[in-house]
Amino acid sequence: MEKYLYIALFAPLVSSLFAALFTATPKKQFVGIIASLLIFTAFVSSAILLTHILGTGEIVHVELMTWMQTGNLYIPFGFVVDQVSVTMMMVVTLVSTIVHIYSIGYMDHDSGFNRFFSYLSAFVFSMMILVMSDNFAGLFIGWEGVGLCSWLLIGFWFHKESATWAANEAFIMNRIADLGMLIGIFLIYWNTGTLQYDGAFAAFANLDHATLTWIGIFLFIGAMGKSAQFPLHTWLADAMEGPTPVSALIHAATMVTAGVYLVVRSHELYALIPNVGLFIASLGAFVAIFAATMALVNRDIKRVIAYSTLSQLGYMFAAAGLGAYWVALFHLMAHAFFKALLFLGGGNVMHAMNNELDPFKMGALGKTMKGTMIMMTLASVALAGIFPLAGFFSKDLILEVAFVDHHFIIYTVLLFTAGLTAFYSFRIIALIFHGEDRHTALGHHPHEAYKFMLVAMSPLLILAIIAGFTMKMPYFEMVTELLPATEYHIHSHTTYWIMTIGTQVFVLLAIFFAYKKYMCRSVKVPDGTSKMENSFAYKLLINQYYIPYFYEEYIVKAYRELSVVCWEQIDKKVVDASVDGIANIFYNTGKNTRHMQSGNLSTMLKWMVAGTVALLSLAVVFGLAARYSGEITTILSGLGV
Amino acid sequence: MFEAVAFYLFAFLTITMFYITVTTSQALYALSTLAAGMIFISAFFFILGADFLGAVQIIVYTGAVMALYAFGMMFFDTTREVKEKNGNKYIVVGLSAIAAVMVVAIFSAPIISTNMQAFYPMVEGAGNTQQVGMVLFTKYLIPFEVAAIMLLVAMVAGIVLAGKKMDLSLTLMNAEEIQAIEDEKNKKVLS
Amino acid sequence: MEIGLNHYLVLSTILFCIGLIGVMRRKNLLLLFFATEILLNAVNVGFAAISHYYGDLTGQMFAFFVIAIAASELAVGLGLLIVWHKRHGTIDLDTMTSMRG
Repeated sequence: MEKYLYIALFAPLVSSLFAALFTATPKKQFVGIIASLLIFTAFVSSAILLTHILGTGEIVHVELMTWMQTGNLYIPFGFVVDQVSVTMMMVVTLVSTIVHIYSIGYMDHDSGFNRFFSYLSAFVFSMMILVMSDNFAGLFIGWEGVGLCSWLLIGFWFHKESATWAANEAFIMNRIADLGMLIGIFLIYWNTGTLQYDGAFAAFANLDHATLTWIGIFLFIGAMGKSAQFPLHTWLADAMEGPTPVSALIHAATMVTAGVYLVVRSHELYALIPNVGLFIASLGAFVAIFAATMALVNRDIKRVIAYSTLSQLGYMFAAAGLGAYWVALFHLMAHAFFKALLFLGGGNVMHAMNNELDPFKMGALGKTMKGTMIMMTLASVALAGIFPLAGFFSKDLILEVAFVDHHFIIYTVLLFTAGLTAFYSFRIIALIFHGEDRHTALGHHPHEAYKFMLVAMSPLLILAIIAGFTMKMPYFEMVTELLPATEYHIHSHTTYWIMTIGTQVFVLLAIFFAYKKYMCRSVKVPDGTSKMENSFAYKLLINQYYIPYFYEEYIVKAYRELSVVCWEQIDKKVVDASVDGIANIFYNTGKNTRHMQSGNLSTMLKWMVAGTVALLSLAVVFGLAARYSGEITTILSGLGV
Repeated sequence: MFEAVAFYLFAFLTITMFYITVTTSQALYALSTLAAGMIFISAFFFILGADFLGAVQIIVYTGAVMALYAFGMMFFDTTREVKEKNGNKYIVVGLSAIAAVMVVAIFSAPIISTNMQAFYPMVEGAGNTQQVGMVLFTKYLIPFEVAAIMLLVAMVAGIVLAGKKMDLSLTLMNAEEIQAIEDEKNKKVLS
Repeated sequence: MEIGLNHYLVLSTILFCIGLIGVMRRKNLLLLFFATEILLNAVNVGFAAISHYYGDLTGQMFAFFVIAIAASELAVGLGLLIVWHKRHGTIDLDTMTSMRG
C-alpha cells in the first residue's frame, strides 16, 4: 500500500515539474493531457488506498526520511493515510483531475497554457502534503505551499493590475493568519515536545485548560485565514480574478476547506476545549449568514459563488465547532462536488459571454447552453439542499446537529441562511439561463463549451446528485473509526418530520421567489436609478458591509504611512547610509591607494618591504599573545572584562 | 679568544664590504666588494665548523656568481651613471631595520624558548663533509634532485634569454618587419 | 668573551638590514641583484649559526638550497636583464613602468 501512497503523493509533483519544463515554450496540448493523466494516476492510487482502508480498516503510515533532527526535535517526512486524510485525498484528486481536464479546454487560447498546468499540479502536490502529513510541521509546509500556489494562480494573468492586487491581498491575509497558526504550532511543541499528531494529542490530556485554549485559538486563527472566515474573508471574493478552474479547484473545493480539515484533524484538541468550539460554531454561523447576504445582491457570477462558498464554509465550521466533525467533513466533501461543478459551469458561461460576469447582461442562455444549464441548475439544487441531492444530506445534518445540541440561535441563523442560499443560487440561475434575452443587444454570441469539458464535469454532476444518499452511511462507518461517532437523531419523530419538511418547503419557497422575481420581463440591467438600489440595505450589501473600505481606509493607509516613515527615516537614513558608507570606504581606499601602483619598481619594492614588516609584526604580536595567553587572561579578568 | 677575535674581525669586514656594495655609485666597486663580502661570509662558515658549506660558498659565489656578474656587466654601459635619486632615506633605513629585527626575532623565538630539538644531530667522529653527505643523500635526496633540475632549467633559460634575437618580440612587430626577418633568414640559407 | 648564537643572529640582522636598504635604494637593476645576494647570504649566516649551536644539520641543508636557488635566480635574472637591456638600452628601474595602474 505504501507504493500507492507514494504514487498519490508524487504524481502531481512529477506532473508539475514536467509541465514546468515547457513554461517558456508556446502552448502544447500534450502538456495538459499528460498532467491530467498524472493527476488521474494520483486519483486512482487514492481510490486504491480508499478501498484498502474500507476493506481492512488499516491505517497506512510511512516515514519517507528524517527531515530535521536537532536535540529533542525530531520531524520526519511522515505521511499517514487514515480515514480522514483518505477522504480529503479523494476529494482533492477527484476535483483536481476534473479541473485539469476541464482546463485543457478552458485555457485553450491562453498563452500561459503550460505554465498554468505546472502551477495547478504544484497546488495538488502541496494539498496532498497538507492532508497526508502526519505532523504539524508537514501540514504547515503544505499549508504554505497551497498559499503560494494560490498566489501564483490568482495572479496568473499578472498583466492585469487587479489580478496581482488580488493575489497579493490573498497572500498577505493568509500570512497574517499563518502567523497565528505558527504560534499555535510553537505552543504545541513547547508544551508537548513533539509535533507528531499522535504524540501531541496524547500529551494534550495532561495540559492545563488555559494552554489548550491558547493552542486552539491560535490554530483556529490559521484556519480562519485559509478558510476565509470573518474578519479575514475579503480575499476570497477578490481571488475570483484568477482563471475559473482555479476558483473551482482552490477557492471552492480544496484549499479553502483546509481550515476545516485542520479543525477536524485536531478534533482531539477541540474536544477538550468546548468553549473555543462554541466560538467556532458561532463564528461559522455568523459567516454563513453574513456571506449569504452579500451574495444576495452581487452582480458578478463568480463572486456570488465565492460568497456562497464562504457561507458553506461557515456551515462546516458550525458543525465542526459543535463537535460534529464527521458531519463537517461530510459537508466538505459534498460541497466540493457541487461547488466545483457550479464554478466550472460558471466558467462555461463566462467563456460563452467573452468574460462578461454580470448576470443581468445575460438572460436566456439556456437556449444555447443546455448542458451547462442542466449542470448548474442541478448543482444549485444540491447546494440549496433539496431532497435527494447531496446538499440535503449534508446540510440538513448540520441543522439537526445545531438543533439537537440545543443551540437554537445557531439553528435559526443556519436555517434562515439555507433560505438565502436557495434564493441567491437561483437568482443567478434565473438571470443567466432564463428570462429575456439581454445579451444579444450587447453584442454577445454565446456558444456551448467543448463537449469534452462537459463530459469532464459529469462525474461531479453524478456525485452531486448521488453523494448524499449512497455515500452517507458507508462514509459514516468509515470515518467514525477515527472521529467521534456521535449520531444526531431527533428524539421525537414528529419534530424531525416537521423540521425536514419545513426546511424543504422554506427552501422551495425561496427558489420559487427567486424565479418569480428574476424571470419576469421587467428585469433590466441595473443602472443605479431604481428604488431598491438606493436603499440603505442594498448599498450596505453591495459594498460588502463596507469592510474592504474600512480595511483600506484604516489599516492599509495607516500601514502605508508607517511604511513611508520607515522608508524615509530608517531605510534611507540608517540602512542605506551604512551600506553606502561601507561601499564608500572601499571606494575611497581604492582611490587613495591607487598612487601606490605607480608602476615604478623601486616604489613597489618599498611597499613590499612595508607589507612584509606589517605581516611580520602581526606574526610577532600573535606569537606573543599565544605565548602569554595565560597572563593576558589574568590581566583582563583583573580589569573586570 | 681566537674565535671572538676572528668573529669580530670578519663581522666588521663583511658589514663594511656590503655597506660599500649598496652605497657606492661605481658598479665595479660594488662588484668587487660583493665578492670580498662573500669570501668573508665563508669565513663564518669555517668558524662555525661548516667546512663544506664554506667551500661551496667560495666556489659558487666567488667562482661562478661573480664571474657571471662580471660577464653580465660587460653587456651594459656601466660607466653611464644611473641617476639614483632617493626620497626619504630614513624610511628606507627604518623599514629595513624593523624588518630585519623581526625576522631574527621570529626565527630565534622557538630556539630561545628551547622548544627545538635536533632532527638530524651531528654524528660524532665524522667530518663535516661526511655528515653533510650523509644527511643530504638520505633525508634531503628529493630536494637535492629537484634543485639539480632547477639549476638545469635555469641554465637553459639563461642561455635562451641571452641568446640571439631574444630582444625581438614578434607580437610587438607588424607584418612587414616580420617579413623582413624572414627574408633575411632565407637569404642566409640561400647564400 | 664567548661568541654565542645571539652574536651571529645580530650579525645576520645587520647584513639583512643592509641588503634591504640596497633593495630599496638601488635604481640600477644589476646592483639590485647584488643587494638580493646580500639578503640571501645574511640568512645563510643565520642558518649556519643555528645549525652549529643546536647540533642539527638541517640549517646547513637549507643554506645549500638557498645557494642553489641564488645561483639559478642569478642565471635567469641576468638573462632577462640582458634581454631588457638589448630592447630598451637601459637598466634603470625608473624606466620600468609598464605596470603602471
